[in-house]
Formats: sequence, structure tokens, C-alpha cells
Amino acid sequence: MSPELTTILVTVAQGIVILLVAVLVAAYLSWVERRLLAWWQDRYGPNRVGPFGTMQLVADMLKMFFKEDWIPPFADKLTFILAPIVSMSAFMLAFAIIPITPNWFVADLNIGILYFFMLAGLAVYGVLFAGWSSVSKYALLGSLRSTAQSVSYEVFMGLSIMGVVAQAGSFNMIEIVNAQQNIWFIIPQFFGFITFFASGVAVTHRSPFDLPESEAELGAGYHTEYSGMKWGMFFVGEYVGILLVSGLLVTLFLGGWHGPLLPPFVWFMLKISFFIMLFILLRAALPRPRYDQLMSVGWKICLPLTLINLLLTGAIILWQQGGGA
Amino acid sequence: MNYLWSLVTDFGTQLRSLWMVFSHGFRKRDTLQYPEQKVNAPPRYRGRIVLTRDPDGNERCVACNLCAVACPVGCISLQKAESADGRWYPEFFRINFSRCIFCGMCEEACPTTAIQLTPDFELADYKRTSLVYEKEHLLISGPGKYPDYNFYHIAGMAISGKPKGSGQNEAPPIDTKSLLP
Repeated sequence: MSPELTTILVTVAQGIVILLVAVLVAAYLSWVERRLLAWWQDRYGPNRVGPFGTMQLVADMLKMFFKEDWIPPFADKLTFILAPIVSMSAFMLAFAIIPITPNWFVADLNIGILYFFMLAGLAVYGVLFAGWSSVSKYALLGSLRSTAQSVSYEVFMGLSIMGVVAQAGSFNMIEIVNAQQNIWFIIPQFFGFITFFASGVAVTHRSPFDLPESEAELGAGYHTEYSGMKWGMFFVGEYVGILLVSGLLVTLFLGGWHGPLLPPFVWFMLKISFFIMLFILLRAALPRPRYDQLMSVGWKICLPLTLINLLLTGAIILWQQGGGA
Repeated sequence: MNYLWSLVTDFGTQLRSLWMVFSHGFRKRDTLQYPEQKVNAPPRYRGRIVLTRDPDGNERCVACNLCAVACPVGCISLQKAESADGRWYPEFFRINFSRCIFCGMCEEACPTTAIQLTPDFELADYKRTSLVYEKEHLLISGPGKYPDYNFYHIAGMAISGKPKGSGQNEAPPIDTKSLLP
């Protein structure tokens, strides 16, 4: 076997393992979330199926597979089927750029973070298609909200990490991680971190920014008409989104695999678990804002904050280099 | 400046509620793990209905039908019979627990404290017909919530062995004709 072939095979195997683990962990998050929410609400949550309820996922999957996968007769069939696929695969593909350890990653792209923005932009189509093809007013309202929210939050999502990119001097994720050997970017780029976190919550439609699927007012929002495994794909897609945004937060702001004593893999897992927990804690603690409040926070607070942050970062970098050329 | 300050305080309150919710992880959970941990229902809980006996060990029920009348869903049915000593008793007494709403009206209506509700609520069954309880299922051997109450010792009703006026706090009936001048 030639060395090239070995490299190709190893890379493919790594990719498949990371993909499978990501999907499995994302599916398991449904149980983790219910247990954690229950823990913070003085309850137990699902603890009956298997030890500590760990087999709850299997029960849920079985139930979902045997449910009727119904497509409404008035729906636009092609886009109706396409929507959950887009929604789930966009975030799953974006997972390729996250380096877990120095040797474990799928793609070492030199445009790294831009690839994530491209796929985050595509993920909006999943929600948009779902709302459009359902031909139902709640679904349409949900997807309208989602589109407006995603578009306005992606504007400053990109800007919020330009400070990181400027400091690291690269779009490449591995180089960004390596640039954090001495100091994690959460300290010099604190406002970038805050705004990126907020926009990450908004892009994955997680509470408190879950207005596209706010169950109190819109049924289930954009996936009101979905059932069975198609609904399940939206669900898993949401958790893959959490995993992805947590992974990005770790790589961009918390130094990726860097950390004393423990091996890189353990550090990465610890950090990513912390952010996943934080996502669930946000859902447990914070109420949903009104839609105009959501918009005004995005445009009037976060966008100026990211611009000021970027401006200051640029100024400091220039000053450190000795006052421009 | 006010606007900026309100930004800071608003952000602070969000962090505070995050912390408050997180701190609930270290408190006692309210859930009772039911089938393993038994529920301690209070003594006046309205659960399974029983028929009780008086302190002498006789049936308290006098088949007056007031419980059946009071029952809003009509799940009680009974038939009066009379024993040799003149006491009334139900020939059959039937409660359909698939109908019963455990409102306790029968207990309130009962003049002899015969019918009582107990804290037992585990009545689930696989067959509907086995939710129809007959007298043999309802009758218990004790006096229930009123250990000392004995209807026939208090009421003026005459039965064999207990003529009129020999109950508690009762005087023998006065022969009004003897009062004539």
C-alpha cells in the first residue's frame, strides 16, 4: 500500500468517525438536555430506561421510526422533503473544520471559518424551505422570523470573530488554535466572544432566541407540519448546531485543545461540554424576548459592539507593529 | 449614559438568573419516585371506599340509601334487608369504581358513618368488571375513622335486646297516660 493511499484512507476514516460521533452525541444531547433541565428544576427527568435513563434515546428513536411520516397533501413535496436534509446536513458539514486535537480533524481548510459562514447561510434555507413548503400560516410565520433573525445575526456573527482572525492572522482553524498558546482569545476578544455567543444561540434557534419555533405562539414554528423521522432530523440538526457552535467557541476563544496537564482530547471535550451545558442553562433560565427586542439587540447593541471591537483590535495590532507602514 | 448603564444592569440580571437556576442543581429534588417510594397520603385522603363495622363488630350500614342518593355519578347500588332482631342491613352493596369520582359525598351523607373513604388510591386493574366491588370486597373488620361510634346505642330505634329509651343519653319513654291527674 502506497503512503498516499494510507493517508487518504486514514483521513476518510477520521472523517467518518467524527461524523458518526457528532451525530450520535447530538442525538444523545436530547437526553442530556432533559436530564439537565430537570436537574435545575428540582426534578429527575427521564431516568427509567436503562441505567440513569441512558437508553431513553433508543426508546425515542424506536418511537420516531414507527410514527407515520406524513406529508400534507397541500405541501410542496420536493422542498418539503429537502428541508430537513438541508437543515441537518448543513451544520454537520460545517463540523469538518473543527480541529479536535492536533491530529484529529476532517479538513484543514485555509478558509476555515469562512466555510462555516457559508454553511450557516445555507442552513437558513432548511428553515425557509420548511416554512414555505408546508403551506401553513404558523410554519410560514416561523420561517419568516427565522430568516430575518438569521440574516441579521449573521451580519455581526462574521464581524464578531474578525478580531480573532486579525489577531491570529489566519482564517485557518488550526492556526487560530495555535495562536492561543499563550493567551486564550476570550481575554483580548471578550466582546467578540459575547457577541459570537449570542449570535451562535440565534443561528441555532436555541432558547432564548427560539422565536422561529416558539411553541407558545406558533405551534411548533417552521416544523409544525413535520412528523416522524423528518421532524427527528430537524431535532438532531438543532443539536448538531449546538455541538458545532460550542466547538467553534472552544476553538476560536478558549484555545481549542490547549491546556495544562491533561491530554488535548480531554481538554477539548471538557471545554465543549461546558458550552453545551451553558446552552442548556440558557434555555432553563432565560425567557424569550419579544421579536422587536430581538431585532433591536442585534442591530443596535451587538453590531456596534462588534464594529468597535474590530476597530480597537485593528488599532492595537497596528500600534504593536510600530505604528503602521 | 443612562442607556449604557441599563445595558450593564440588564446583562447583570440575566447572569443572576443564570446563576439562580444553576444553583437549583444543588437542592433537594421534589419528585417522589412513586412505584419504589410509596406515597404517604394524609388520613383524610379520599381514596378507596370501605364499609365499616361498629365497635361490637356488627355492620354499621343500615341500608338507608342516602349514599346512593347523594352519589353524583350513581355508582352505588344496594338492597335493604332486615335481620331477625329488627336491624336493617344491605342484602348487597355494590360500588362501581370505574364510575366513582371519589368526591366523598356518600361519606358526608351517611348517618351511621358506615361508608368511609380511605387513603388507598392504588385501584388500577386490567378488567373493568373487577372494578365493581361487592360487599365482601368493601366490608372491613374495623370501625375506620370513628372507633367509638355505634349508631344503635345512640339512636332511639328499637331492636331486639335494646328497647326504646335504653340508648346513651336516653331516658325510658314516659307513659303519658300515667301523668293524668
